[in-house]
Amino acid sequence: MPAHELQPDNWVDLYADYLFNYAIARVSDSELAKDLVQETFIAGLKSAKNYKGDAAERTWLIAILKRKVIDHYRKINSKKGKAEVRINYATDEGEGDWLEERVADPFSKGGDDSIENEELGLAIQDCIAKLPKKQAMVFNMKTIQGMSTEDICNELGINPSNLWVMVHRARTALMGCMNQTWF
Amino acid sequence: MKISLEKAKKICTKSQYGEASWWELLQLNMYLLFFKECAEFSSKNKKLSSLCEQANLHVISEEEKEAMKEKLKDC
Repeated sequence: MPAHELQPDNWVDLYADYLFNYAIARVSDSELAKDLVQETFIAGLKSAKNYKGDAAERTWLIAILKRKVIDHYRKINSKKGKAEVRINYATDEGEGDWLEERVADPFSKGGDDSIENEELGLAIQDCIAKLPKKQAMVFNMKTIQGMSTEDICNELGINPSNLWVMVHRARTALMGCMNQTWF
Repeated sequence: MKISLEKAKKICTKSQYGEASWWELLQLNMYLLFFKECAEFSSKNKKLSSLCEQANLHVISEEEKEAMKEKLKDC
């Protein structure tokens, strides 16, 4: 019996935001990232019969998404090739320096920070996915989308008191979930 | 003026979104002066806000998620 089974009916609720954050960190375009997530789910459905159950469902979907991101850049690069700018290292004045040093500032910590922030973002999404669905929804609307209390209450048909109870429970659960690594 | 620990924690959460009233903030601050457990919760709550901001999180809206589900049904 396989260790994991696919449950495509739950994919959007459980993994859409996680995959979206993974994609957006790589393509920096929200609409494109959404398309890639949708394509990932469709490709997952189509190749479900190949899933052996060795990897967790999310890991398997991330592997598909990675391929989608690579395919996207391949497509772009094949178009860009026609307008490629060539750098002639030998004729430049910086003899003895590595080409990489001219591209990236060796003293910059920007790269490390963005990797750590991505890791942090995925850890938070991981914990949000463990919350009851309505709590996760209210937390996302209030904290990530920054919606007003009134708009959320109207949209979900709840009163402000219910909303704050759910936000409070969600935050308490998130603090517990992230406690060991991030606090 | 006296409030329960649970109420103090809820006010603390509201204050993370700038939506606690001045009266609630006064009650919370009085509470924080005397109760260590609430002060610890408050500090973690602030840290969570700062982590969420630092992570620059993105979510897909509920309508878009429903549209995604519909497309998947058609596959």
